[in-house]
Amino acid sequence: MVGIVIVSHSCKVAEGIYDLVMQMASENDHIFPAGGLEDGSIGTDAFKIREAIEKADTGDGVAVLADLGSGIMSAEMAIEMLEDDISVRIADAPVLEGAVSAAVTSTSGASLDEVIEAAEEARTASKLS
Amino acid sequence: MSSKIYDCIEKIGNCIIGNKEFLTELDREIGDADHGINMARGFTEVLAVLPKDSDNISEVLKKTGMTLLSKVGGASGPLYGTAYMQAAKACAGKTALAPEDGKAIFEAVIAGIQKRGKAVRGEKTMLDAIIPASEAYSAAIDGGSSIGEALDAMCKAAEEGVEYTKTIIATKGRASYLGERSIGHQDPGATSATYTMQMIRDFIKG
Ligand SMILES: Nc1ncnc2c1ncn2[C@@H]1O[C@H](COP(=O)(O)OP(=O)(O)OP(=O)(O)O)[C@@H](O)[C@H]1O
Ligand SMILES: [Mg+2]
Repeated sequence: MVGIVIVSHSCKVAEGIYDLVMQMASENDHIFPAGGLEDGSIGTDAFKIREAIEKADTGDGVAVLADLGSGIMSAEMAIEMLEDDISVRIADAPVLEGAVSAAVTSTSGASLDEVIEAAEEARTASKLS
Repeated sequence: MSSKIYDCIEKIGNCIIGNKEFLTELDREIGDADHGINMARGFTEVLAVLPKDSDNISEVLKKTGMTLLSKVGGASGPLYGTAYMQAAKACAGKTALAPEDGKAIFEAVIAGIQKRGKAVRGEKTMLDAIIPASEAYSAAIDGGSSIGEALDAMCKAAEEGVEYTKTIIATKGRASYLGERSIGHQDPGATSATYTMQMIRDFIKG
């Protein structure tokens, strides 16, 4: 099953999204939040993200959903620092909606590319029509 | 006794930590009011973990970069982290640095920051201080100036770069959310980068 890592500047946001996602993907235990810094401050931490990616991987790869600004940069650094050979992709998608789509798709047994595609569709989905 | 490279990083760190409030104020105007806090947190840890007596320039720079990467938290974490790690690569195997090495370090640092942040000159970022500073330094060295003159030219260009950031719209980073309202404010990252270069100059000139 494709793993999912939820990156946010805020530990509460990452865990909150995780809670929402798990309502729809309760049987998926390869989803991990990676929010905030070690001391609880707001920010993103490449090492924390790397650890989450390593935990999330089962061999099928990991999709990363990230929020603003340095979320992406820290995720990219985390990927470059991986010691194991894990296929990881960052979704170009809003973190909450993208994480929900990714989780549901991953739970259905889809591939990493399909999970990323599902997450990225969340970017263009209209909420009002 | 502490090594020269440690002393230099310590000087940079103390300057950044000393300007924590000001850097945060700048970021309050056009960002999320944390640049000084982020950088001070990073350098406080750097000063705590760096080996004082190691004169392995590359190793000390790498450790500085890794520590900033893990502790800074904002965009400046991966960016300065990458900058110091690229500088470390450019210094690999060296126990002393010559004026020419400064050019290679600048090149590596700028390439690293651009790869990481995908910004170019003119987007109101730290690059608007670093790129002109690099050009001024290299031109001075190539033109036969002394290292002191080259470092002065570097800092002057960086300071002008910070002034220039007041006149442009941010198109990268948090400040880009403000669009035109970012005009009139100097970029926090360009400011901390300029402090860094000023401290390097002061350190080398003694
Ligand atoms: N893509 C980029 N390329 C180069 N420099 C950048 C980029 N994004 C931000 N910066 C620099 O980083 C500085 C802001 O650093 P700071 O520590 O406040 O991070 P931040 O913007 O709050 O991070 P985050 O993205 O996590 O919110 C800016 O003033 C700018 O100089
Ligand atoms: Mg900030």
